[in-house]
Amino acid sequence: MANTHVFTHLDQIFILLRDWLVGFLPGAARPAAGVVLGVIAIVCLFPGLFALTTVFERKGLGRIQNRLGPNRVGPFGLFQPIADGIKSLTKEDVVPLSANAGVHFLAPLVLVVAVFMGFAVLPMGRNMVLVDMDAGLLFFFAMGAATELSVFMAGWSSRNKYSLLGAMRAVAQMISYEVVLLLSAVAVVMIAGSLSLPKIVDAQNQYTGIFPHWYIFTPWGLAGFVMYAIAATAETNRSPFDLPEGESELVAGYHTEYSGFKFALFFLGEYLAMFSISGLGTTLFLGGWSAPFSFLAFIPSWIWFFSKVMLSIFVFIWMRGTLPRLRQDQLMNFAWKFVLPFTLLNLFVTALWRFMGEGWLRWVVCSAILAVAWVLMTRVGMREEHFGPRRYRYAE
Amino acid sequence: MLGEGILKGMAETAKNFFLSYVSKERLTTVEYPEERIPAVEAARVFPFLVYDGADWQAGMRCVACQICEKECPPKCIYIEKSKDKKPDFAGKPQFYPTRFDIDVSVCMSCQICVEVCPFEAIKMDNEFELATGDRFGGLLYDRHQLARSNEYYHSVHPTEASEVDARLAAEKAKVEAKSKTAAQAAAAKAAAPAPPAGGGR
Repeated sequence: MANTHVFTHLDQIFILLRDWLVGFLPGAARPAAGVVLGVIAIVCLFPGLFALTTVFERKGLGRIQNRLGPNRVGPFGLFQPIADGIKSLTKEDVVPLSANAGVHFLAPLVLVVAVFMGFAVLPMGRNMVLVDMDAGLLFFFAMGAATELSVFMAGWSSRNKYSLLGAMRAVAQMISYEVVLLLSAVAVVMIAGSLSLPKIVDAQNQYTGIFPHWYIFTPWGLAGFVMYAIAATAETNRSPFDLPEGESELVAGYHTEYSGFKFALFFLGEYLAMFSISGLGTTLFLGGWSAPFSFLAFIPSWIWFFSKVMLSIFVFIWMRGTLPRLRQDQLMNFAWKFVLPFTLLNLFVTALWRFMGEGWLRWVVCSAILAVAWVLMTRVGMREEHFGPRRYRYAE
Repeated sequence: MLGEGILKGMAETAKNFFLSYVSKERLTTVEYPEERIPAVEAARVFPFLVYDGADWQAGMRCVACQICEKECPPKCIYIEKSKDKKPDFAGKPQFYPTRFDIDVSVCMSCQICVEVCPFEAIKMDNEFELATGDRFGGLLYDRHQLARSNEYYHSVHPTEASEVDARLAAEKAKVEAKSKTAAQAAAAKAAAPAPPAGGGR
């Protein structure tokens, strides 16, 4: 019995720690202090995770290309982010003469602040959510949309053609995929019946035998998750959808004109967006902080949440090491001709699933619809168009 | 089907990722300052001056003809000719450079000085770690810094060096044979009575 007691305490250790710290204050200040502590924890934790991810990404990409990756600074190169941080802090901060200085300065701040806001509604463990909002999902997407603004602010204010091209690509891409991101999340909302993220996790935190009720283990959930993953990759400007940066053609796109710590902030914002979007994907489809098997439920919930997020990050890095960049027209065709129609169909299938009731029939019907649609839509929607020799109609 | 190629590619990269920890042959990286690959024989970076024997000043092959100085495209060579002469490898008295400077920061490693040198005196080195903290004096090499023994030349470019040696030996033999015949002729001339004057037509 004492054993389970230890595990419940370990599970709630951060909540208990917060309550203990807040206990030193007078009663009236306690709620506000609790929130401030939560904010401090998030603001410290995720940049730390970002630092670790940068070095692991570089090492992982190296290994994927049969290289060693960074191994010079500290043991196994683990202190590389410290060296990078010192470097970017001591670099000269160059602002182009013709840039709009105010907007140029604000853009990285807007990005980082907007991304941090998203973490407020993510449940990172049992009872571990900073603000338990009824419409948390909506809040998350509203904050996610603000990143587009910051990217365009950066591209426009730099007054540089590469920056502007990068920003325009970014906005086109992010708006196209934002739709998909939202619609694939709507499927989850239809089943869970709530926009509150902790409630969505609770709905998945049930077990049949030892297997959990995660949404990814249903036909509509799997399809939704795949679409969500595609859209999330595009939203965070990760390879193969990294056109807005396009190092090889746009010399880093919208952050061409950023140097020193402003550039580091963009980098930070990009990785934080990756964490938050992975966290949301985990919450919506992978059961949030719930354990993958019922007998593993004694392991603290936050460990499960963060391992799922880091696993998604690993897949992001793995994809970056594998896939080449898409062309702009391929990107747009893919979004509007395949991903979006498929997500809409998935909404229909989700409704079918909801109203067909329990039983094996809905498994067969929903899986069949989605499988047929996948094959047909990839054949028809993504068919390659063969252009013949070019004809000039008026210039004969 | 859509996604098949992506899965195939991801399997390939996963294979790279895991196998690179297992098999060392997969890793192409050479961790440079600690480990090095042996220099390729054809590698050429920066010229040096060859000398024969043990003393770099006495054995220096350069005769200060200044052809390399004139041919050098970025004009990084500076030579001062001596007033007196010293014997070269074949024993012939030649001028020598009292000053021979090459500016490392200007040299573009084109090897034209080597190609134009008629005395096999300047050759290319494969030493590439030429960085220095002193960017003014440290980058201007004088003749002592540039001097390298013929043995060193053999160690850097063995094939080319033995060809050069063979050529020089042949030349030396020719010179010696010539001087010998000249000496013989002179001796014969001295020994033999003078030919009758006004003979023949």
